[in-house]
Amino acid sequence: MKNFKLAYLSYIPIIILSLFYLIPMYMMLITSFKGLDEVSIKTMWALPKTLSFENFRIAYAELSPYLWNSLRMVIPAAIISSIIGSINGYFLAKWKFPGADFIFPLILFGMFLPYQSILIPLVDFMHKINLYGGIPGLMMVHIIYGIPITTLTFRNYAASIPDELLEAGKLDGAGMFRLFYYLYLPFSVSAFVVVLIWQFTQAWNDFLFSVVLTNSANWTVTVALNNMAGGQIIAWNVQMAASLLAALPTLLVYIFLGRYFIRGMMAGALKG
Amino acid sequence: MRFKKEKWLSFLVVSPSILAVGIFVYVFIAWTVRVSFTDWKGMIPDYTFIGFKNYINLLTSDPRFMVDIRNTVLFTVPFVLGSLVLGLLSALLVDQELKGEGFFRSLFLFPLAISYIVTGVVWRWLMNPATGTRMTGLNLLFDQIGLGFLNSSYTATPTYGMVYIAIPAVWQLSGYCMALYLAGLRAIPDELKEAARVDGATEFQIFRHIIFPLLRPVTFSAMIILGHMSLKAFDLIIAVAGKQYPLDMPSIYMWNATFDAHLYGTGAAISILMLIGVAVLIIPYLHYSLREEGRQ
Repeated sequence: MKNFKLAYLSYIPIIILSLFYLIPMYMMLITSFKGLDEVSIKTMWALPKTLSFENFRIAYAELSPYLWNSLRMVIPAAIISSIIGSINGYFLAKWKFPGADFIFPLILFGMFLPYQSILIPLVDFMHKINLYGGIPGLMMVHIIYGIPITTLTFRNYAASIPDELLEAGKLDGAGMFRLFYYLYLPFSVSAFVVVLIWQFTQAWNDFLFSVVLTNSANWTVTVALNNMAGGQIIAWNVQMAASLLAALPTLLVYIFLGRYFIRGMMAGALKG
Repeated sequence: MRFKKEKWLSFLVVSPSILAVGIFVYVFIAWTVRVSFTDWKGMIPDYTFIGFKNYINLLTSDPRFMVDIRNTVLFTVPFVLGSLVLGLLSALLVDQELKGEGFFRSLFLFPLAISYIVTGVVWRWLMNPATGTRMTGLNLLFDQIGLGFLNSSYTATPTYGMVYIAIPAVWQLSGYCMALYLAGLRAIPDELKEAARVDGATEFQIFRHIIFPLLRPVTFSAMIILGHMSLKAFDLIIAVAGKQYPLDMPSIYMWNATFDAHLYGTGAAISILMLIGVAVLIIPYLHYSLREEGRQ
């Protein structure tokens, strides 16, 4: 009410701004649904005349092994990451051992690490432990480099549980593992959702680890898409359909669980 | 006594993670540093110590690394500024309690859920520099709606091509800044604005003298986080530009040197320079954030 006119005027810039975000999506969508006879440059911004799923069929045939590779890697990675994070967060926030406050920032730094600076030893190490090239190795790497962010998110959650509750539990004779199970875990369901979908999105969208650590049979979808794109062999509308397929799982997560996704993202800014 | 035992147990439970991070982050960094002091070329490890030679070469006599530093600046400045400005603008607009606010907020944030590779593939197509009858993408759109003067040769622009890769980067991350600014805006008490209004301040004055200064810590955080991202930028550059020399970045040079040319010493030195850049931004930030947290 206070800014009635100002609010109305706000629609003009906000709609112009929206166009910036919408144009790439619009282009990806309309191009994906265009038949091969409609690839003409002159009509590239026009809506498709008919809805054709042919591009998706071709793109899926190309990408499906890699989509499945991604899924097989990402789901266990996200689950294991969350479990590890939940344990670390609880003990680092509520059962501080000497040096815990010194170690925590050292763990956190891993979140910002330019992974280039560990790639050479990582490749070597993965060869040595026989996990180079495959999905399990990639999964392990995502879990380990996920420790900082998952620990941070759960630590913030654990810190928000009042100490009095834990004290009361202790008076009733519950030990720290019991309190973990009966008090902390029920409290941290939403933290699990936040961390699960954050790790899912991160691992799904990752390119660097996958391109370095997997052989062509085990590529994830981002690597396969990047190799497919830009070439002359595959038509542009198929490439757009492939991009949409590659983005779909994380987009769906965002559409249905966006609130939790944003909480995960804000946790990364430390003061969430 | 019991308390002591519990602390010991707590350490025991967390120790596998500490060990994993210790090895995969710190031991590996040390290992890379060691490689960076060697002349290791080819497939067989060679740990002959040559001191800072790789670093000196990169920083004083390697024209490709000079291009990388220039490109990092050309990418970082428009990327960080663009994301901050668009982020603040969209946060202020969304904060007006418009109808459909939720829709706009979701729209500005959804690119964050997409991989850089997808973003890059789509934007590479949109930013096609072809002209005449082969004109396509954004140039064609501008032409068709009478905004032909906006046409550009994008990443093919001599010298400044890198600036255009900041556009998809802004597209992807301005929503992140919006989320940070929105949280900042909503933490400002209404009474403060009301009091200023009672004193006869205009909306612009309120923004200029109350809101803007209170958002400074948010701007600071956003700059650090975006700045460190741009030092690490890799996926997006690969997807938009491939491995083109004029659009080279340290991360891509590191890749070429290490995995294509097997110049491990050079690759390691580049990656350590990247790490130093990131550490200069992030360590004070971590220090500051955790100290603030301790105060609360």
